[in-house]
Amino acid sequence: MDIKDIIKPENLVYDKSKVQIDTIMHYCPGCSHGVVHKILSELIEEMDIQEKTIGIAPVGCAVFAYNYIDIDWQEAAHGRAPAVATGVVRLNPDKFVFAYQGDGDLASIGAAEILHACNRGENLLVVFINNATYGMTGGQMAPTTLNGMVTSTTPGGRNIDLNGYPMKITELIAQLPGTSYVTRQAVHTAGAVRKCKRSLKKGIQNVLDKKGTSFVEVVSTCSSGWKMTPVDANNWMAENMIPYYPLGDMKDSVKGGPVSEN
Amino acid sequence: MAKVRGAVVVDKEGCKGCGICVDACPQDVLALNKDVNSRGYHYSYMENPDACIGCSNCGVVCPDTCITIYRVKI
Repeated sequence: MDIKDIIKPENLVYDKSKVQIDTIMHYCPGCSHGVVHKILSELIEEMDIQEKTIGIAPVGCAVFAYNYIDIDWQEAAHGRAPAVATGVVRLNPDKFVFAYQGDGDLASIGAAEILHACNRGENLLVVFINNATYGMTGGQMAPTTLNGMVTSTTPGGRNIDLNGYPMKITELIAQLPGTSYVTRQAVHTAGAVRKCKRSLKKGIQNVLDKKGTSFVEVVSTCSSGWKMTPVDANNWMAENMIPYYPLGDMKDSVKGGPVSEN
Repeated sequence: MAKVRGAVVVDKEGCKGCGICVDACPQDVLALNKDVNSRGYHYSYMENPDACIGCSNCGVVCPDTCITIYRVKI
């Protein structure tokens, strides 16, 4: 069978979502942000919520997220996306509001905002991209940087005595009663991307059902910040990041419900 | 002979040559081209098109969403 006979509209099985704007992203080759933007776009299209979705863009590489997903966006100051999202969702309770943040944004400067927004149980979805580094500014150490990991500000590797422990922020958030769904996923393989998409879909559905805060961490790569090729960065992440940041659901109940045991 | 045939169309200008699709392909269909696109990236292409089963793994992992996948049963 000739390739031209296969490439026909009736045989189409996978294509770019119409919610995703047809432009070339500014992200580096192999960046996990692109995959997460793609699955968010696909979900917004599949769940038919484009008209009622408001995204809160962070500071970091994803600051230009509003250029790539065709929904309403609001830019927030560094770390303040959950605080801005609180205001947006309280004034527009019928909209679907999500905050999109990286680890330098959420776990460092915005740690207070995210903990209190989750503790209040604001009805929003938080997408947390954890790549263990400040990617935009040149690969500096973040709170989530692993012990011994070399970054531009820890050239000898992160030292726990000097810099503290890598912060498991998602485990902290799972303890807060305001959250309904807290999970950690990754996007390094096709299977992981499909699982991450299911988790994000559940998070969006929880927000539409007004169940409280849903929090989805995505363990990601920063091939430029880590000074690796994209494929090596994915393998390094699977070997080093995922043992410290194990994947899976940490809480899946209702607002005020208990933390699950797994 | 496979019962399912697939085909992949890579948006040559959108591809940044990260190679994640090449790694994700279970059939070793994709490879990075020796040529470069207008931005200097070695874009992905179907090196071995007969082996493609249209599983869409490459499209799912592509960070730049530049892969379109077709599949037909034969």
